[in-house]
Amino acid sequence: MIELQNIKKTFGENEVLKGISSTFKPGINNLIIGGSGSGKTTLLKCIVGLHEPTEGDVLFNGENFTDMTFEQRVPIRTHIGMLFQNSALFDSMTVEQNIMFPLNLFTNQSKAEKRDRANFCLERVNLAGKNKLFPSELSGGMKKRVGIARAISMQPKYLFVDEPNSGLDPVTSILIDDLISELTVEYNMTTVVVTHDMNSVMGIGDHIVFLHQGKKWWEGSNKEIAHTDNKELNDFVFASRFMRAAKAKL
Amino acid sequence: MIQSLGRYILLLRLSFRKPEKFQVYWAEVMREMVSAGIGSLGIIMIISVFIGAAVTIQTAFQLVSPLIPKSVVGGIARDSTILEFSPTISALVLAGRIGSSMASQIGTMRVTEQIDALEIMGVNAPGYLISPKVISGVTMFPLLVIVSVLLGFTGGYIACLTSSEVTTYDFISGLSDGFNPIIITTCLVKSVVFGFIITSICSYQGFYVSGGALEVGQAATRGVVFSCVMILMFDLIISRLFL
Repeated sequence: MIELQNIKKTFGENEVLKGISSTFKPGINNLIIGGSGSGKTTLLKCIVGLHEPTEGDVLFNGENFTDMTFEQRVPIRTHIGMLFQNSALFDSMTVEQNIMFPLNLFTNQSKAEKRDRANFCLERVNLAGKNKLFPSELSGGMKKRVGIARAISMQPKYLFVDEPNSGLDPVTSILIDDLISELTVEYNMTTVVVTHDMNSVMGIGDHIVFLHQGKKWWEGSNKEIAHTDNKELNDFVFASRFMRAAKAKL
Repeated sequence: MIQSLGRYILLLRLSFRKPEKFQVYWAEVMREMVSAGIGSLGIIMIISVFIGAAVTIQTAFQLVSPLIPKSVVGGIARDSTILEFSPTISALVLAGRIGSSMASQIGTMRVTEQIDALEIMGVNAPGYLISPKVISGVTMFPLLVIVSVLLGFTGGYIACLTSSEVTTYDFISGLSDGFNPIIITTCLVKSVVFGFIITSICSYQGFYVSGGALEVGQAATRGVVFSCVMILMFDLIISRLFL
């Protein structure tokens, strides 16, 4: 479980996050949604420690991550997997080496064990046999799946996903969403997905936090989102004609 | 300026923290050594031969007095090559070749979030990315400079063979006349310092890139320019201290 306690983040004069509190539970898909510039990615970076919050605390299973030093954070970080918007695979390494990289650094497994684990992760994301390919030889969707395989290689307790559907076609987007959702349940992970893709919101949004102008504007599930009278949320979710038509049928 | 210097020193301190796993870092050091050392051998060989030959011809051209023995050409070419041309010119060339590559490699990793990915995993990113490069710089540069010195002499010898100003006998006897070992020490100290300057400054420039492809290119250029300026400054400082 991850708890956010009054997270504020300021860059110079610009206050990007204005006191956000929420709780992300394990085994469900927690989504952070909002328009461009609403602070979604900044919040995600504050949670994982890539940005230090100006104020507030992030608690991982009750442990205050914000107050920890780099060394103190390492044991928690080994339980964190993250899929980046552009996958962030290491260009100089093959798919297999990418997946084995955290295992090489943080486990004492034999080479055969690490290879088995890499093969298992690749099979889990339907990329069996692609071990020797380099990231430059993969399509956007394949890169995302390798990113997920690398993220789950250490069997993490926490999975963070930044814009998993950006640049993907609708079919691949749904495949990625389903994969994230399945893995969340399978490993009972605390999964936090930053997105502005409405298919993801409606498809896997078990718990949704809507950010607007750096504040938590609304919180609920995808079942509740269709019936809310929150104007800003409605303007955001039902911006497209397709979504408005879908809402009209409900 | 002072802020940048502080950030540079802090980054170097982070770079030399205890590695998560020595084996993984050692493999990186070996990879960087091959890339910096073997990868630069070709260009160093070519420039060294040409510089050695040019220095010999130009020295011979200036020493036209019948009162000066021709073997002096060998002595001057030796000292110029060991003290200045091999360490300094090689370092300037390597700043362009290795330095820009390091800055752009690390910079690209920054803008494509690969460094963020390392940090999320709990890896000390400066240690994993920068320390192997600095270690490869301070170990491989002296070896490259030794090769450069030897090939510079070969270039001078070839120049003597193909011209009539100085005989090869005079050139070789000049190489050994009045030899002072301090010039070798100075040369090696310079090469270690230059290796450190190029790898650390270029890595620093790459590590703090923000933006995209344009900024990565600018960081690589800045890395090379700052390295070249610092190389020439430390060339003077080391020469003043040792000679």
